[in-house]
Amino acid sequence: MIVTKEKPVEEILEYLAPYKNVLVLGCDGCTQPPRGLKQAKMYAMLIEMAAKLRHKDIKCRAATVAMQCDNYLCSSTVHPQLEGVDAVLSLACGIGVQTFAEVFPDVPVYPGQDTVFAGSQERENGKLYERCKACGDCLLGETGGICPVTACAKGLMNGPCGGCVEGKCEVPYEIRDEKGEVIKMIERDCAWYRIYERLKKLGRLDLYRKYRSPRDRAVSAWPRLLEGV
Amino acid sequence: MGQAFSNLMKNIAEGKFVYTGELEAHRSTDLSEVIQWAKTLKATGKIVAANVTDNPQSVGALSSLVTSYIVQRETGLETVYQLRCSDRNRLALASDLLGAAALGLKNVLALTGDHPKKGDTPEAMPVFDLDGTQLVELIHKMVYEGRDLSGNEIHGPRPQFNIGAAANPNFKPLEAEVLKLERKAEVGADFFQTQVVFDVNVALEFLDAVSHIKAAFLIGIFPPRSYNQAEYFAKNVPGVQVPKDFLESFKKISELPDKTERRRKIDEYNIEYFADFIKQVKKKPVCKGIHVMAVGYPEVVNPIIEKVEKG
Ligand code: SF4
Ligand code: SF4
Repeated sequence: MIVTKEKPVEEILEYLAPYKNVLVLGCDGCTQPPRGLKQAKMYAMLIEMAAKLRHKDIKCRAATVAMQCDNYLCSSTVHPQLEGVDAVLSLACGIGVQTFAEVFPDVPVYPGQDTVFAGSQERENGKLYERCKACGDCLLGETGGICPVTACAKGLMNGPCGGCVEGKCEVPYEIRDEKGEVIKMIERDCAWYRIYERLKKLGRLDLYRKYRSPRDRAVSAWPRLLEGV
Repeated sequence: MGQAFSNLMKNIAEGKFVYTGELEAHRSTDLSEVIQWAKTLKATGKIVAANVTDNPQSVGALSSLVTSYIVQRETGLETVYQLRCSDRNRLALASDLLGAAALGLKNVLALTGDHPKKGDTPEAMPVFDLDGTQLVELIHKMVYEGRDLSGNEIHGPRPQFNIGAAANPNFKPLEAEVLKLERKAEVGADFFQTQVVFDVNVALEFLDAVSHIKAAFLIGIFPPRSYNQAEYFAKNVPGVQVPKDFLESFKKISELPDKTERRRKIDEYNIEYFADFIKQVKKKPVCKGIHVMAVGYPEVVNPIIEKVEKG
């Protein structure tokens, strides 16, 4: 799933300042936390209120798309909703926002979210973890299902590095507030320590011992394109 | 192990037990302090080469390439040019290595390097295009095949480097570290310099575990100047174990009222402790020397080595 974070209301109001009629457009696709119709409606209310407090008049409507990053779905669902709309605030990830901009080149669209990573969810504690950097050459088969590109702070191929002490990484998780300031650090397991332990358990220390040559970064050079799908 | 190009490796090849020191440049254009310290190390007559750190702990400093060269030029002390993967991609690393060869440097210590978040420029892009092991491969290819990792040819004479890498005897489980060192030796590391070790048993166990690896091992030591420094290692340098009696002896000495007496006793204790430490590790054939990290504490370097030599 693609993980997003709400942008501060101040920033959104700045984007929307020139407009009167705004469509808040959710996405029912893979975005986490959910950004569907319910959230779009909440955003619509919030923005109207926040604008009023600043003596501005913005009218908001809410709608959603099954998958904003699918240009067909985006075009067919949203088209009828655009009547009388000056601008769109998209709650989708960066990909959804871009798809919208491509499908409707004449309608100004703004991101309501910061897209942070591709990750997985731990429902019990309401946590989202970054899991894949879409490197284009998946190594999970050699590393016991743990991604060194993403879970190792240095993306090393031949870890652990000297920063691994008692199984912990020298770089902790950082939790940031709205302004981007670090408010909390959380200790994190070293990815390569976990890979070692996992491979040992699986009786595959040969894979850990193996030297991995430098990666071909050309494979992940961007922007990429897949054809014939 | 490859050919011996540097004095360091030539000494090892001749069967001599070697000592290396350490130099650290800072965020400054002035190298006079570093040169002074290099002269002190050189004057001991016992230190065969000194490492020059590259942005240690990701704290920005004057280039290790430039420092290594100037130290060699000004003092005649051979350097071990430290090079990290944190700040440069393979193109920049190869280009600096060609520069190092042109400047006559003979030892390179290939390091992964700390994450920029550990240092004073946490906003920087962590590069890590290569890791320390892959950097060993790059250097090895340049020296023995005259090519970089992409196969591009080096024109003219090939660089002549001996390749060093880092090792950590304190790592637990030791098995994971040993497998990692096997990888580094496989791609061409000539020598390993280790993290600081205080506990001789940790060093001995490590040397036994790596005895099958065909490379020279130099164990890192750090004689502390004071109880505070010793305690700092025990408390703040994760993974490094400082033996209890070592700390207690330092504490007792630190409680002596007379300053000169304290100094003398601390020096004596360090000389006694580390000479004994070295005598024990020296018995292991894979141990070819000691890396002495005693920046700002030259008084003990010679006496420790002399005591070892006396037997
Ligand atoms: S190796 Fe990691 S980053 Fe690359 S595709 Fe697999 S999970 Fe994603
Ligand atoms: S400690 Fe482990 S996870 Fe952290 S950077 Fe080093 S190898 Fe990667």
